[in-house]
Amino acid sequence: MKINREEVAHVARLARLEVDGVEMDAYTDQLNAILQYADKLNRLDTEKIPPTAHVLPINNVFRQDEARPCLPREEALANAPDDEEGMFRVPRVIE
Amino acid sequence: MLAKLTVSEALAKLQKKEVSSRELTEAALSRIADVEQEVKAFVTVTKEEALTAASILDDRRLKGETLGLLAGIPMALKDNMCTKGVRTTCSSKILHNFVPPYDATVAELLKSAGTVLLGKTNLDEFAMGSSTENSAYFTTRNPWDTRCVPGGSSGGSAAAVAADEAFFSLGSDTGGSIRQPAAFCGVVGMKPTYGRVSRYGLIAFASSLDQIGPFTKDVRDCALVLNAIAAHDSCDSTSANVEAPDYTSFLDGNVKGMKIGVPREYFAEGIEGEVKDAVRKALDVLVSLGAEAEEISLPHTDYGIPVYYLIAPAEASSNLARYDGVQYGFRAEADNLLDMYKKTRSQGFGAEVKRRIMLGTYALSSGYYDAYYLKALKVRTLIKKDFDRAFEKYDVILTPTAPTVAFQAGTVENPLTMYLNDICTIPANLAGLPALSIPCGFAGKLPIGLQLIGKHFDEGSILRVAYVYEQNSGIERRSPELGKGGVANE
Repeated sequence: MKINREEVAHVARLARLEVDGVEMDAYTDQLNAILQYADKLNRLDTEKIPPTAHVLPINNVFRQDEARPCLPREEALANAPDDEEGMFRVPRVIE
Repeated sequence: MLAKLTVSEALAKLQKKEVSSRELTEAALSRIADVEQEVKAFVTVTKEEALTAASILDDRRLKGETLGLLAGIPMALKDNMCTKGVRTTCSSKILHNFVPPYDATVAELLKSAGTVLLGKTNLDEFAMGSSTENSAYFTTRNPWDTRCVPGGSSGGSAAAVAADEAFFSLGSDTGGSIRQPAAFCGVVGMKPTYGRVSRYGLIAFASSLDQIGPFTKDVRDCALVLNAIAAHDSCDSTSANVEAPDYTSFLDGNVKGMKIGVPREYFAEGIEGEVKDAVRKALDVLVSLGAEAEEISLPHTDYGIPVYYLIAPAEASSNLARYDGVQYGFRAEADNLLDMYKKTRSQGFGAEVKRRIMLGTYALSSGYYDAYYLKALKVRTLIKKDFDRAFEKYDVILTPTAPTVAFQAGTVENPLTMYLNDICTIPANLAGLPALSIPCGFAGKLPIGLQLIGKHFDEGSILRVAYVYEQNSGIERRSPELGKGGVANE
């Protein structure tokens, strides 16, 4: 086993997902199958190979730091599930 | 039937004033009304907006105004591209009510080119899948056999063009999501070079792999649409500042002396016999016209799928962290913030999306980062180097697009088996290369696709080869039988 039920539960917590018992079994099996398949990468010696995170030789792209027009507040809030006084409203964080 | 015209045919008629944009739009909408019940390509149809936009374009044409490159052509966008004022769902419950306050750069470019938006097409939720079966809404059907899937993730965009519901469409391709559905649906689909087309306003899946590209009925249309969308964009920091040529200039009908590499790994076990035969036959056509073909080896091909299924979920787990129920989209009720996050994400995302978020979170988590994510990035280098070496000697690489033709809906249940669909398409994403799928025959009534891969920013060479093949393939242009009340495939 590459990953056990407890580790799957830990990963779900990190990812802010709620997973019930039945789902947990399925995910554990499926993630194991995928990770086992990924094991074939270990056949390759990559000790001296640099990683490729990005295929094009583009590094930092800069622009002048100048004020530009932005969305009006009501448009920015138009999709909010809940808002109040021009702000996003969320359930209480501090008791 | 007007809806069957290609983009270039429709443009010629518009310019000669033989047809109006309103008529083309009405033809597309009436085709949608006739066949959509069978095909289910669209999540949203913007009928009234489309008719209004078409009439405005017709008025401007009558006044003699200068219009854009594709003025008057009705088209569809995959529902993961933001369209101002038009609901954009990503085929996910979590964005079921999301109305973007801005246009994606491609949507804006196509608007200024004068196209008419017919609607937004179905996809696997967040573009994760190869069949559209992961859509939170419904599965799109293959117009050639409605028992089968159209491929994915851009299955709605591919099916819409194949069924003549749209003159062209755009899709996005992270591991084959344009090319595999193009192959399954018998249309031309191109994933341009990474960075060639702006991703601004494309809802992110795996940012180092995602690229937008066209679905069209033929190769000329592919070049025409690419002309309208290939441009540098300061809103996308990964957009390449490289001049785009006129892509139609490559359609000169000449492949004499062009060097085609044919990697043996793409004809290995797991690729269906009929697919291999059709692709080899296509190669013979090109050789008979003066192209030079040689068998080559891309030795790390086999590692493409494991590399992809670590990198793409890792990037997705980070990109999809933004769906927290705070700023937009679905929110589940809860007493405290943490529960709100968890319930929102658990109820809002489908099974495959959650699976990939967890896989990616694991691959990036402390203690596993080096073993999985970093290892995958290193093997990505090896895959890219295979191509670098091959392109020192060859102009294009020719392979099958997908290992099989379209499969029946509901028959692939194991996620890993579904992932193997992308075996021929993933390497081009990992290396950032342009690649195109073009129909090269049928197995029974289902289309087969041929893939051409080119050097970075050399979309021209693959268009050149594809065009010569299309003109000489001897394959009759057919249309799927649809619109007969669903009896066509019974």
